[in-house]
Amino acid sequence: MPYQQAEPILEVQGLKKYYSVKGMRREFKNQQVKAVDDVSFTLNKGETLGLVGESGCGKSTTGRAILRLIEPSAGKVLYNHEDILKKPAREFRKIQKDMQMVFQDPFSSLNPRIRIGESIKESLTIHSIGNRNEREEMVMDILGKVGLRPDHYFRFPHEFSGGQRQRIGLARALVANPSILILDEPVSGLDVSIQSQILNLLQDLQDEFKLSSLFISHDMSVVRHISDRVGVMYLGKLMEEADTDTLFSNPVHPYTKSLLSAVPIAKVGRKRERIVLKGEIPSPLNPPSGCIFHTRCPYAMDVCKQVVPEKIQIQDRHTVACHLYN
Amino acid sequence: MGQPLLEINNLQTHFNTERGRVTAVDGISFSVEKGEILGVVGESGCGKSVTAQSILRLFDEKYTASYDGEIKLQGEDLLKLSKANMEKIRGNEVSMIFQDPLSSLNPVFTIGFQLTETIRIHQKHTKQEAYQMAIELLRMTGIPSPEKRIDEYPHQLSGGMRQRVMIAMALACKPKLLIADEPTTALDVTIQAQILDLILELNEELGMAVVFITHDLGVVAEICTRVVVMYLGQVVEEANVEDLFTNPLHPYTKGLMKSIPQIEGNRSEKLNVIGGTVPALTDIPKGCRFATRCEYANDLCKEKAPDLQLHEGHHKVRCWHYADIARKEAVEHAIPTS
Repeated sequence: MPYQQAEPILEVQGLKKYYSVKGMRREFKNQQVKAVDDVSFTLNKGETLGLVGESGCGKSTTGRAILRLIEPSAGKVLYNHEDILKKPAREFRKIQKDMQMVFQDPFSSLNPRIRIGESIKESLTIHSIGNRNEREEMVMDILGKVGLRPDHYFRFPHEFSGGQRQRIGLARALVANPSILILDEPVSGLDVSIQSQILNLLQDLQDEFKLSSLFISHDMSVVRHISDRVGVMYLGKLMEEADTDTLFSNPVHPYTKSLLSAVPIAKVGRKRERIVLKGEIPSPLNPPSGCIFHTRCPYAMDVCKQVVPEKIQIQDRHTVACHLYN
Repeated sequence: MGQPLLEINNLQTHFNTERGRVTAVDGISFSVEKGEILGVVGESGCGKSVTAQSILRLFDEKYTASYDGEIKLQGEDLLKLSKANMEKIRGNEVSMIFQDPLSSLNPVFTIGFQLTETIRIHQKHTKQEAYQMAIELLRMTGIPSPEKRIDEYPHQLSGGMRQRVMIAMALACKPKLLIADEPTTALDVTIQAQILDLILELNEELGMAVVFITHDLGVVAEICTRVVVMYLGQVVEEANVEDLFTNPLHPYTKGLMKSIPQIEGNRSEKLNVIGGTVPALTDIPKGCRFATRCEYANDLCKEKAPDLQLHEGHHKVRCWHYADIARKEAVEHAIPTS
């Protein structure tokens, strides 16, 4: 039961990332794209928090902004009660050792001309962990833990399959022994039989390294499988957050409901009430007023068009931003 | 039922590569009845897309590809047709939509231009008529205000809209068969739901048969009537959708179904895993192709390749031991392990 002694390790408060729009067209002058708009959540020790949403909802930007791979526009990220966004670069380096990221496509994040052993070792060198021989040993050790062979150390990225590359990505993230792992669509490019191998490996490693992870994905069923808690994002905002079982059995936000009902189920004879959303995600350049979802919401009321809904707690550990529950 | 709409007999597709001749599709046989939706599932590299493209003979036959077997469309063998006659089949009788609509649309022409071009290649219409037909097609595929959208360029449309345009283009000549190669893979789930509904609707209204290629078993359960499961260039199981999901017989199909995380029901601690990876086409196992990853494989499987055999009804399976496995599982179910 990871959440009974819930102890926050990472607190994200009011995180924002705005991009100003440059271009010739006059109507875009001084406009901003709100990629992530006032997102707050807490990651507890030993917990996996899933972040789901469709493309363009800002889930990846959130993950990157926490690690300052993209510098956020506003907000706080508290790691062990210290705001890491205010740290000068030199000090932030040290914290970076504790927070690692795994990307969707490890092939484009691995240098094709460097042997994978060296790629993995780089993070140890940067953080000056161990001496030369120790580092090599640590890399061999981590290769074993992610299910690769020691002789893979000397191979190049192109010699590996998709699943193996994702294992390399995991090895590289874990070699410096981090406490937080941010996974950005780590299994999206993989076939189901390989996906299940990687998900199981990930669960083993989370236990072994006592990791707290932020799992970003568009795949509801994968998120349900791996996460303890889940946050649902839409157009840069966090719409609903709850424990996994609560969210999937009793979703309250209309967006969450329709999202879940749209997922095809690999069973027959299950005729579900499917809520098909009209239209498409609005342009983030010109987001709807009030509740950002009201243009597609089947329950939209007048108030939704004017007032931005506040985040309300409807139950213990279950928050939602929707006027229906006010 | 009389003659099936499409009948594929022992189709083989070979490619000449630097490492020698590779047989990507090796002895596929299945048929598509009029008005049905047939699902073809499998993981990457299993040959599902090659099968689809072979039906329309889209590969370069001069240098790289060659075909064996038969592909009969209403009794006529497409593999024997001349280039010119094949051209008449494509788009008219059989049309195809692809995974990535952006790379199938020409970025420098408006969608209206591309649609009217398609119509005018296959049918005799004036530009004006074709333009009106194009608007109708766009309306049919659910594009809002098609009169305005028709003069836009592909980059002005979203992913879902582009796929609708592709479908409109495929429907231009009212084909009898639509081949959909992973049409919703690149789309978000809410948009995927819209497109799947559209395909179902068109299937019912126009009585158009669909070959739906996908890697997603959920999508198959949702829209298909019959399913073909492929592994490494061969059909390993074929069944009605109910039979396949309630009673999968091949160890690969079983493993695949158990390794998908579920969105409802109990959450299992660990997922079932099919060990290993798909072997390369240049290095195909001698016996059963799945033997290297199968938990039930024995010496027979490693030596001799099984045939696709009829289980019952329309349920076919390519496995030596499927009956034994089914029996064993029935026993295990009867005695709960404590």
